[in-house]
Amino acid sequence: MIINVARKELKSMFASPMGWVILSLLMFAFGTQYLNGVNDYFAVMSGAMRPAERTGVTQFVGQSVYGLASFIMLFAVPLLSMRLISEERRSQTLPFLFSAPISLTEIVVGKFLGLVGFLSILVVFIYAMLTTLNIWSDIDFGFLLANSLGLLLMVAGFSALGVYFSSLTQQPVIAAILTFIALFALMMLDRFSAGDPNNFLGALSLTRHFQSFSNGLIDTADIVYFILFAVTFLTLTVRRLDADRLRG
Amino acid sequence: MNNFTVEAIELTRLYGGREAVSNVNFTLSKGEVLGFLGPNGAGKSTTMKMLTGNLAPSNGSVKICGIDMMENPKEAKALIGYLPEMRPLYKELTVDEYLTMAARLHRVSSKHVKSAVETAKERCGLGHMSKRLIENLSNGYQQRVGIAQAIIHRPMVVILDEPTVGLDPIQIRDIRALIREVGGEHSVIISTHILPEVEMVCDHVQIIDKGKLVFNGSIDVLKRQRIGNKLLVGLRNPPAAEELLKINGVSEAEMLPGGLIRVRFENDAAPSEAIVQAAVQQGWGLHQIAPDQTSLEDVFMQLTYQEQAIPQEQAAA
Repeated sequence: MIINVARKELKSMFASPMGWVILSLLMFAFGTQYLNGVNDYFAVMSGAMRPAERTGVTQFVGQSVYGLASFIMLFAVPLLSMRLISEERRSQTLPFLFSAPISLTEIVVGKFLGLVGFLSILVVFIYAMLTTLNIWSDIDFGFLLANSLGLLLMVAGFSALGVYFSSLTQQPVIAAILTFIALFALMMLDRFSAGDPNNFLGALSLTRHFQSFSNGLIDTADIVYFILFAVTFLTLTVRRLDADRLRG
Repeated sequence: MNNFTVEAIELTRLYGGREAVSNVNFTLSKGEVLGFLGPNGAGKSTTMKMLTGNLAPSNGSVKICGIDMMENPKEAKALIGYLPEMRPLYKELTVDEYLTMAARLHRVSSKHVKSAVETAKERCGLGHMSKRLIENLSNGYQQRVGIAQAIIHRPMVVILDEPTVGLDPIQIRDIRALIREVGGEHSVIISTHILPEVEMVCDHVQIIDKGKLVFNGSIDVLKRQRIGNKLLVGLRNPPAAEELLKINGVSEAEMLPGGLIRVRFENDAAPSEAIVQAAVQQGWGLHQIAPDQTSLEDVFMQLTYQEQAIPQEQAAA
């Protein structure tokens, strides 16, 4: 049943040019970053004489592409998540889902998975693009996998937050703006407490938890953080929709 | 184990402190079509939302084929097809895509999805619209898609909120035939403003006003009330009213402007023949005689504006 809801979301996503345009624009941005990364690698490394200054091509190019990806997702996810529930609320199509034999949790999780499924196309493409480095050099696949997993988890966290804000309003634009502000604040949290690395505010920051993935490290604490983040907001969404049923 | 398909027990819904629906009880059996009537804001849609699990009742419960909507919402919802007042259509999809999705969401097994979509399209006259975007369909066709969506999984209970709004007369006739057809095997609840429609398609009628059921009975009761014991007689040389009262069974004669006379008669009396005979014998110049029907609108007005006129015991008959 969850699959059917997710399928419906994917179908709507690709039914309009919106989905295709976003996919192609983002891939264009990542491709450009990738090319620049490769070019810069030679320019930088030819100047780096001492062995300590040298880094592998995977890390050099990978870090720049994944760094850009995580930043761009900050804009892309709110644009994609904004209409998930608010649009249905506005065009009064929610009763269609509510009167079908599926639970609210299934509806919310289905919508969430539909969005994450759509965005994971990008994660897979980025991974495929970076593996082409392997044609002329020996790359570190573990590093790429860790980064991909990190990106996927972060996108899932973003999406869950986006779905929640989308359930709060009838206006997709308001949902997008709120999601963007919330995500931006969460990304910036660790900058506010930069002087004190042990500050608990920093521990809440999304960037802090993406950091280890971008260094090629898979830390269970970070995985749990992203999963809890997503579950929290999905639960809040379910409760918000349930309030509709109870309060009308 | 009874075979009620829908049971509403003491259904109450509060909005703030105001009762939108209060203490509504009714049952529906298999193969019946129930018409739901009421003025704007009477609580028709609210009741339907509660029946379909879109809204939680403040008090009372709903059972679909014996399954409680509150306790087992998924099982209960699987037995219902619902078309809300605002059609829940995803306008960016084509008719086929939308109906396929509806079939899947309503647990039609993947083998039968295709045939279910075909059948629903055929029943609603949508065959040639398969590949069109719902957005580009006319209002009437969109309504048909909405109905197709509600019957696609062959539910036990079909609930349609104002299904004939925005349709042309031919489509309305088709949809009424469809409702009758569906009503043959399953139960149907429709709400409507169009009173003659109720007479045409419904077996049972419920009139709701200000959240309370004011009439709940079979359509025949309503019809009887409508026809009444009245004749409209047109005479060119009308006699005095006393002359008419002499005719067996006539209880009252009222002169109307325009030379017409409204004649009331007692229950089980059929004085029309006697009136015609008397008119011919005495040269009254009879040119018209017909049963005087109260329009359904009048009955409806009576029920919704003077609730006391019909005591509850009689209404429950």
